[in-house]
Amino acid sequence: MLAGLTWLLVFQCLGEALVRVLGLPVPGPVAGMLLLFIGLRLRTAIPAGINTAATGLLQHLSVLFVPAGVGVMLHVDRIADEWAAIMTAIVVSTVLTIAATAVVMRALIGRQASAAADGGDAASSDQPTD
Amino acid sequence: MHAAPFTDIWVYLAGTPLLGLTLTLVAYQGAYWVYARAGFRPLFNPVLLAVIFIVVVLALTGTGYRTYFDGAQFVHFLLGPAVVALAVPLAREWENVKRLAVPITGALGAGSLVALVSAVGMAWTLGASPTTLLSLAPKSVTAPIAMGIAEKIGGLPALAAVFAVTTGVIGAALGKYVLDALRISDWRVRGFALGVAAHGIGTARAFQVNPEAGAFAGLAFGLHGAFAALAFPVVYAVAWRYWSGFTP
Repeated sequence: MLAGLTWLLVFQCLGEALVRVLGLPVPGPVAGMLLLFIGLRLRTAIPAGINTAATGLLQHLSVLFVPAGVGVMLHVDRIADEWAAIMTAIVVSTVLTIAATAVVMRALIGRQASAAADGGDAASSDQPTD
Repeated sequence: MHAAPFTDIWVYLAGTPLLGLTLTLVAYQGAYWVYARAGFRPLFNPVLLAVIFIVVVLALTGTGYRTYFDGAQFVHFLLGPAVVALAVPLAREWENVKRLAVPITGALGAGSLVALVSAVGMAWTLGASPTTLLSLAPKSVTAPIAMGIAEKIGGLPALAAVFAVTTGVIGAALGKYVLDALRISDWRVRGFALGVAAHGIGTARAFQVNPEAGAFAGLAFGLHGAFAALAFPVVYAVAWRYWSGFTP
């Protein structure tokens, strides 16, 4: 667990350093994620320590958002002035995003599946039937 | 000298990081207990309940956000390693991801575009201020990345974080109903849609419902974060050039 958490922090540091040095327009943790991903792909199995730390952290992901959410206190005036626009935009946009993502993904998976099925039929029709 | 003992203790605790940290964890545990007792009904989202509870406690005790955040920052800080940790489910699911590369890329592109355009367009139509619009743009991206994007394009990072958390809570709460109405039964698709629209909070919800949905939500949440971090500043720069060139 501790070894795993250490690795996550090391990769975050590497990501931050890479972003600063190369002036990349990406947040440091995202660069760290990509570096760790490359590292993991170079190995045959995911090291147990990293797996434990990552799973533990991702299992309790929700609680990590609480301090940022309490930040609503700082913007009470702005939100009071514009709450109708903000809430309508967030609710409508979130519903549309879920729907668009799901519908597009279902359609593309269906197309891929039927293309594979057609390919399968074509392959089987090559074979003599009797 | 003559201050009441309780006030003394409160002033002492409020001066240390212990209070904000403990309050965050206790509020979340309590909120999670309520969520479990409510049969994990999505409307009883634990992040929402915990935030309401903490805001009420801070308001009643006259404690400022800075004081609270001195302690809560230790929890907030872990968002960074959590983003790095997304490499693990991504590496674990890589064979699936490669096989579904086209559906995943198409769904991510469509979802990200709809999230950005519909939020900014709707808020702009309803008369929101430019700062609000720029803070609202990355709302479907996880809080730490949304804060980074907002900062780059001229929004307020702290406001962007609040919008991202609100979006996550709403997505986690409404996702089930939207997906049921569309008759989406594939757990991979249900999870992916929640991850794109409602980042980490939607992912936490997806993991609670089904492990396969959770893995795909984590994947979507990581991919959307990486994609938006790269694409949004570019989209903004292009849009800004276009609008500033054609409007007085």
